[in-house]
Amino acid sequence: MAVPTSSSVDLSAALVLGPATVADWLVILPVAWCFAVGALLVMLRRALNLHPIIAIAGLAGLVLIDGLLLGHVATAGPVTMVMGRWLPPFGIAFTVDLTGALFALVAAIVALAGGIFSLADINDSGRRYGFYPFLMLLMAGVSGAFLTGDVFNLYVWFEVLLISSFGLLVLGSEPEQIDGTVKYGFLNLVATTLFLVATGYLYAVFGTLNMADIARKAQGLRGSAPLMTLTALYVLAFGMKAAAFPVNFWLPASYHTPRVVVSALFAGLLTKVGIYALIRVMVMLFPVEREELSFVMALAGALTMIVGVIGALAQTDFRRILGYLVVSGIGSMLAGIAIGGPGGIGGAIFYALHSMLVMTGLYFAAGIAARLGGGSSIATLSGLYRKNVGFAALTLMLCFAVSGLPPFSGFWPKVMLVKAALDIGAWWLAAVLLLAGFCTLIATGRLFLLAYWRDEAGPVVDAVRLPSTLLAPLAALSLLTLGIGLYPEPLLATIQSAAAGLAEPSAYLNSVFPAGGLQ
Amino acid sequence: MKSVIFRTVAPFLTSLMMLFSIFVLLRGHNEPGGGFIGGLIAVSALAIYGIAHGVETVRRAIYFHPMAIAGAGLFAATVAGLISIIARVPFMTGLWIYPSLFGVEIPLSTVMLFDTGVYLVVVGAISSVALSLEERGGE
Repeated sequence: MAVPTSSSVDLSAALVLGPATVADWLVILPVAWCFAVGALLVMLRRALNLHPIIAIAGLAGLVLIDGLLLGHVATAGPVTMVMGRWLPPFGIAFTVDLTGALFALVAAIVALAGGIFSLADINDSGRRYGFYPFLMLLMAGVSGAFLTGDVFNLYVWFEVLLISSFGLLVLGSEPEQIDGTVKYGFLNLVATTLFLVATGYLYAVFGTLNMADIARKAQGLRGSAPLMTLTALYVLAFGMKAAAFPVNFWLPASYHTPRVVVSALFAGLLTKVGIYALIRVMVMLFPVEREELSFVMALAGALTMIVGVIGALAQTDFRRILGYLVVSGIGSMLAGIAIGGPGGIGGAIFYALHSMLVMTGLYFAAGIAARLGGGSSIATLSGLYRKNVGFAALTLMLCFAVSGLPPFSGFWPKVMLVKAALDIGAWWLAAVLLLAGFCTLIATGRLFLLAYWRDEAGPVVDAVRLPSTLLAPLAALSLLTLGIGLYPEPLLATIQSAAAGLAEPSAYLNSVFPAGGLQ
Repeated sequence: MKSVIFRTVAPFLTSLMMLFSIFVLLRGHNEPGGGFIGGLIAVSALAIYGIAHGVETVRRAIYFHPMAIAGAGLFAATVAGLISIIARVPFMTGLWIYPSLFGVEIPLSTVMLFDTGVYLVVVGAISSVALSLEERGGE
């Protein structure tokens, strides 16, 4: 068994010897917290009526922890904690900068909204099959992906969230859900395998998996190592995860089959994890290669936008339309990554955060609409406006937000992206961005016109009251969108310093390797 | 299964393998072994018992639902990582205590708690799969 450490060994060469403060612990706490709550829920598998209470309290706790973490990172700069005290690059480091903290906080808010919405959407059989434990483990994976500072660890978090998402997708076990799960699962496994292959390759080239270490060593290896191949592999793997053209087909094929709240969470969280990973790898680790690939990325982004909106215009199913709108939004973020610079990267981050809130809200709206109108096809849905005016108003806000109209949150990232595109002379990309926004407006306008404004055939029905557990999360997300749109200054400033921190990661590197550290 | 010899031997074999799985779990810190492989041995023991005496008997014998066991293991592993917050060291740092029991010094650590968690997760998850498969096979 363990031998008590003899004093002649110089531990400072291998271990972090300074004390870890509670503020440092905020880095790992979101993940550990989700695991602890999720494990508790699995243990209490018989007490189904306790599940929602524990899970919602757990998600509220997660929002609090992520909020504190963002506050801490905003004042103290990037924070690192290494697991088990082992010094990086050998120990697994969790390093949180503003980008990671922002994504984690918004993800937690979306998950909390989903948790509340699920009260009315997930029945006893869904609870028995473990909706809430899966939700907590999904959040553990998502938070881990946003907070880790190690490429292989990022892969592990992708696996965690992928396995949890399989569990969530098959809830209900109807044939079409299993069909959707198979499509989703197959393509995601291919993407994960590519990610793993790329990571193995990366390790062979760099001899390290720590992101800060890679960023530091990339400069010296650029002449001799095939970094371009590596970056291209990562672009393909993360592009698949994010549903970028031409590997986007799995998303519309699978997002309309599961429970509404599951679709909402997936639309809000999963593709954005792919975008986040893409930003992290392309901007922070391989900026020179991003420059080289920028035209390909811009083209992929433009095509993703176009394919997305055309799909949205062609569909008649509420949830399928939303699936295509998710894809179209991914195109805008890709365009931002391709443009680069503070405007492009900041725009991509802003767009991702906005899209998390808005797409989740729109899927909530689709769920409520199906409940009010008895279906999700906009050919048969009608008269929702008469049935509940407040609900119609909230949906309209989200429709405007997703199209990028002021005064909602979609406006500012669109402005940033268009301006950044024009600044580098990519007028065609700016035109596609605006065209995609315009077509999104037509698609959502068509949706609103048919499902909400069109009068129902037959006698006029009275207004229908909706349970507050359905309306409150939708209202919260819509108002958050409006709030960001009206008063974007604080968020914009944070995003700009987040983008600057990615482009010039010296603070990130210093947090992992204080004062140069070991070379 | 009908064989009398197998049905008679199975309980002894199962208890022996259970003991061995705990031995493998505990020696795993410094020597080959550990929670994962120990857990697999324990699941094989349960599977043998299930083949001999039926799945219902196994479910009664382990008392808790397999998934609840897995949940407890995950919880134990998370707690093992979180204990280090008290010692002001990073997550998952191994902490040791050496209490003396009847004059014998027994080293206990958070590492062992984590490994026990892994053991329980493996036992719970794999036996859940194995038992459902055996149930279907018997029909």
